[in-house]
Amino acid sequence: MTGTSVETSGHAAHTASEMMSVAAARALRDGTSCFVGIGLPSTAANLARRGHAPNLTLIYESGALGARPDSLPLSIGDGILAETADAVVGVPEVFNYWLQPGRIDVGFLSAAQLDRFGNINTTVIGGDYANPGVRLPGAGGAPEIAASCREVFIVVKQSRRSFVDKVDFVTSVGHGSGAGDRARLGLPGAGPTMVITDLGVFRPDPGTAELVLEQVHPGVTVQQVREATGWELAVASEVGTTTAPTAGELTALRALTGGPDGKEG
Amino acid sequence: MAEIVTLAEAVTELVSDGDQVALEGFTHLIPVAAGHEIIRQGRRDLTLVRMTPDIVYDQLIGAGCARKLVFSWGGNPGVGSLHRFRDAVQNAWPAPLELEEHSHAGMANRYVAGASGLPFAVMRGYTGTDLPSVTTTIKPITCPFTGERLTAVPAINPDVTVIHAQRADRAGNVQMWGLVGVQKEAVLAAGRSIVTVEEVTDELSPVAGQVVLPSWAVTAVAEVAGGAHPSYAQGYSDRDNTYYQEWDAISRDRATFEKWLTEAVLT
Repeated sequence: MTGTSVETSGHAAHTASEMMSVAAARALRDGTSCFVGIGLPSTAANLARRGHAPNLTLIYESGALGARPDSLPLSIGDGILAETADAVVGVPEVFNYWLQPGRIDVGFLSAAQLDRFGNINTTVIGGDYANPGVRLPGAGGAPEIAASCREVFIVVKQSRRSFVDKVDFVTSVGHGSGAGDRARLGLPGAGPTMVITDLGVFRPDPGTAELVLEQVHPGVTVQQVREATGWELAVASEVGTTTAPTAGELTALRALTGGPDGKEG
Repeated sequence: MAEIVTLAEAVTELVSDGDQVALEGFTHLIPVAAGHEIIRQGRRDLTLVRMTPDIVYDQLIGAGCARKLVFSWGGNPGVGSLHRFRDAVQNAWPAPLELEEHSHAGMANRYVAGASGLPFAVMRGYTGTDLPSVTTTIKPITCPFTGERLTAVPAINPDVTVIHAQRADRAGNVQMWGLVGVQKEAVLAAGRSIVTVEEVTDELSPVAGQVVLPSWAVTAVAEVAGGAHPSYAQGYSDRDNTYYQEWDAISRDRATFEKWLTEAVLT
C-alpha cells in the first residue's frame, strides 16, 4: 500500500502515499473552505490545517461545519467532528444551504476510476449497471460536490486500474467530454483544477480540459507515470519535481495516521 | 402520542413484511439494535431506505430481509465496501436486491419533500452523471419563473422510519443532539415511527444543538441503552471503530457471516 520509500537529500525518507498526502495538503490555501471527502482527502485536509493552513474551514457532509478534529476521524461522522465544529447542521441543510448555492471553495474528492477529463466513477466497475463486475459504494455527496464547489481537487492512487481511458460509470462530472462541457451542462463550479496522485500532479489544459502531467514526485519518472495511465498521457513541456515532504510535514502526517503504514483511506 | 414500549413490541406492531422501512442515522445514532430485532423477527421483502446503508444494512441484506434498497452511499465508512450488499448485487445472494440509487443531496431532498407533504423536491444535481440513466426517480424540470433547467426527485414517505436518539421523557418526547443527519425529516415523512433511546428520563434538560421531536409526531419509543453500537450516541458512547474494521473480515465470507448472525443476533 505504501510503495517504495524515497530518500531525498535534506529530507526524511517517505513513502509514495505520504508524498501524495503532503502534496494534496499543500494545494489547500489558508482561509478557504473545503468540503472534505473521507479517506485520502480527509487526511490531506487535516494535515493542511495543522500546517500552513490553520484557518482552513473543514466541512463534512455529516453536518459538521468548521470541524477541528485533533485526531484523524475514521468516518465522516466521528464524534470528534461535531464536538469541535463551529456549527452542526442537519444533512439537508449541508447540501441545500451550504453546498448548492456555491458557498464552498474547494471540493476534495477521491475516485475508484478517473478519466482524462477528471470524471469520477465510484459506482460500478465492469459488466453493466444491473450486473456489475464490482459494485462500489456509490455516489454519496460527490456529484453535487463536484458540481457546486468553486473548484475540485481529486486525490487518488494512480494505476492503470484507476486512471482509465473511459470510466465505466460517470458518478461525478469533471470536465465531461472536454472544454466547455461544464458550461453546457450548467454546472456552476470550475470543476477539477488539480489531481494529485502518488506519482505526480496534474492540471487540466486550459484549452482542452484534458489532464496534463505537470509535476512528478521525487524519484518518479515521466515514463513511470505514463505506464500507470490508461490513456495517451499529455505531459507539460517542462515537468517540475514536487518538493519532498519536509521533516515537519512528515511528523505532522505520521501523528495523524499513526506512522508510514498507518490508516490513510 | 408516542407509546413507550419494548423494542420487540414496537417491531412486532409497526414493521410488516413488504414495508418500506427507513432506519436512518448518518454515522451517528444508527438504530442498530432495532435492525437486529427486525432480523430476529424474520421480516421479509422489505424495501430498505437509507442515505448511508452501512453495516446494519449489510446485516439485514445478508439475513435476507430486503427485496430492494433505496440509497445514496453503501459502504463501511472509513473501511471499504459492504460485502453482503456486494454479494447480493453481484450474485443475488441470499436473494436478488433491486437498487434505486441516488446522491446524498437527492436523498436528503426526497426526505424533505416527504416531511413537507409535497410530491417532489427541486434541486440542482445529477446533471451530466449517469445516475438519471439508471434511476427512474430522477427527472429534469424547468423552473416556471426563470426557465432554468433543474432536477426533480420524488418524496420518500416510508411506511415506517426507525431512528435512535439520546433521550425521551415519559410522555414520549424525543431529544437528540450532535450529528442529527436526516432523522427529523425521515420521521416526519413516515407513516409510523419507532425511536430507540439511550434512556427514558423524567425531564429533557436542554442541550446545545438539540433536535426535539414532540411525542405526537412519534409512534413508539423504546429504551435500548447502547442501541446504536457500533455507531455511537454523543454524550453516551464513542464510535467503535474497531468493530467497523472487524466487520470487513466477518462479512467477506458467507459462512463467517452466517455464524456471526447466529451467534450475535439470532441467539
